[in-house]
Amino acid sequence: MTPEKPLTKDIPSNGQALDLAGYEHAGGYQALRKALRNMTPQKVQEEVKNSGLRGRGGAGFPTGLKWSFTPMGTDAPRPKYVIANADEMEPGTFKDRYLMEGNPHGLIEGMILAGYANQSDVAYIFVRGEYKLSQERMARALAEGYSAGYLGKRILGSDYSLEMYLHISGGRYMCGEETALLNVLEGKRANPRAKPPFPPVSGLWGKPTIVNNVETLANVPHIINHGDGWFQGLSHTKDAGTKLYGASGKVKRPGLWELPMGTTMREILEEHAGGMRKGLEFRGALPGGASTDFLVPQHLDVPMDFTEVQKAGSRLGTGTMVVLDDQTCPVGMVSNLIHFFAQESCGWCTPCWSGLNWAKQILKALEDGEGSLGDLETLEFQTKFWAPGHTFCALAPGAAEPLQSALKYFRDDFERHIRDKGCAFQRR
Amino acid sequence: MLTAEERQEIEAEMARYPTREAVCIDAMKIVQRHRGWVSDESIRDIGELLQMSSADLDGVATFYNLIFRKPVSPHVIMLCDSVSCWIMGYDRMRDHLTARLGIRFGETTADNRFTLLPIVCLGACEQAPAMTIDNDLHGNLDPARIDRLLEGCE
Repeated sequence: MTPEKPLTKDIPSNGQALDLAGYEHAGGYQALRKALRNMTPQKVQEEVKNSGLRGRGGAGFPTGLKWSFTPMGTDAPRPKYVIANADEMEPGTFKDRYLMEGNPHGLIEGMILAGYANQSDVAYIFVRGEYKLSQERMARALAEGYSAGYLGKRILGSDYSLEMYLHISGGRYMCGEETALLNVLEGKRANPRAKPPFPPVSGLWGKPTIVNNVETLANVPHIINHGDGWFQGLSHTKDAGTKLYGASGKVKRPGLWELPMGTTMREILEEHAGGMRKGLEFRGALPGGASTDFLVPQHLDVPMDFTEVQKAGSRLGTGTMVVLDDQTCPVGMVSNLIHFFAQESCGWCTPCWSGLNWAKQILKALEDGEGSLGDLETLEFQTKFWAPGHTFCALAPGAAEPLQSALKYFRDDFERHIRDKGCAFQRR
Repeated sequence: MLTAEERQEIEAEMARYPTREAVCIDAMKIVQRHRGWVSDESIRDIGELLQMSSADLDGVATFYNLIFRKPVSPHVIMLCDSVSCWIMGYDRMRDHLTARLGIRFGETTADNRFTLLPIVCLGACEQAPAMTIDNDLHGNLDPARIDRLLEGCE
């Protein structure tokens, strides 16, 4: 049997968005009807908790557990907020764009269900500024949703009301960090906040706020329609559901595929991406975006889920792989990554703004043939300096991951840059 | 002075947020959509409308990649310089663009037709290398395709 693809099966193959009529025809908004008629908010929370859904933005935090922190009942502070984090800016990641462009109502229905489960009053879709097509299609779908009575006052005649707005970002990687995103919506710079308190308790304007990734929310209607057992049955491993996996770099067919959670890296690369381009060998990959540790050929049979990738010393992250081939310089690749993180650092914490720029300069020197022997020790020290607990957010710890793993797996390449005073790889 | 149209669009945004300050990023983007960029005068005018100091507003403006505090030409090109594009030939695309336009990043051509800016990952990694022209995405770039795209700009 072909594996089920609940997130992508209804996305038109002609590049257009699934409109409201098409979405309803495919069973859209049935989960919302079911929840509003037959389920209490607690029951929706419970169903999502039992499904085992974990956050698809990269951290893998259990979605139902996050929701369970929301203060409920008549004493709860109001208004409460629900936010779709559609600020997809993790280099190598292009999955949420695909969902918003192809099935905008899937996200909207997921958000309304998340809103109902947490009894939220206002919803914001936080879309990155460069995603013009996503913005247009989400805006059109929102208008359709309002005119059909899925949004606004007394949704489908129930007691539940939700206003939903689109926020188009000014553009900065930091905006995707959960608490920085809240500051942006308040009209501030995207600096992260100290935690605790966590957003479900004290978020936007100090009110209870749920922030979930687009792919996470898009799963919710299907969980409500088909149940937690069905959702768990979709995966190959203990982590439930399907996953949007991607591959970029010098593979034959770069792209995006919805596959059972726990599909191996080998199957994704060899079957779906068609293997490496002619004449090139696989040297490694960042399994889930820029801020994940390299995996190398010995890891090809690791099932790509949160638990197993972590055991292999990395993170599933966003599940969209960036592939390193044997004709591309790993030092240059890491230099590009650290340049990105240094540039996008918000400047709030010293290990991040200072450390990342220091490492950026060292990596540039290595590329230019001006490295010295102590540089690798300095880089290693820096990755420890950026570790979790030393900074407010995960930007610097994320930056450490590709660098520390490159120093481990590609050490010869770093040493050769010092010894030979430069890069032996051909220019791309 | 903000135009009536700009003011109206900014006020429409106010209905969506409980504070005036929250509208500031939208307000600057609205002004930029009409004028191409956000001048010191616009910062002052928006600040007056939203009851924010120019310093606070400029602190926000300068934080974001897509708010321009200097004039740009009618066509803004943003070339992705993140990891997947770098692997797939960013260096060659950059060299081709800078040579053809005769400018470096952050500059505008002498005829004021093009401004060239770097941008982080455009989320189009499966079609790397990629760039945007006036926010429209163009992937699978090579020098010939870049030439055709530039020639297609009015």
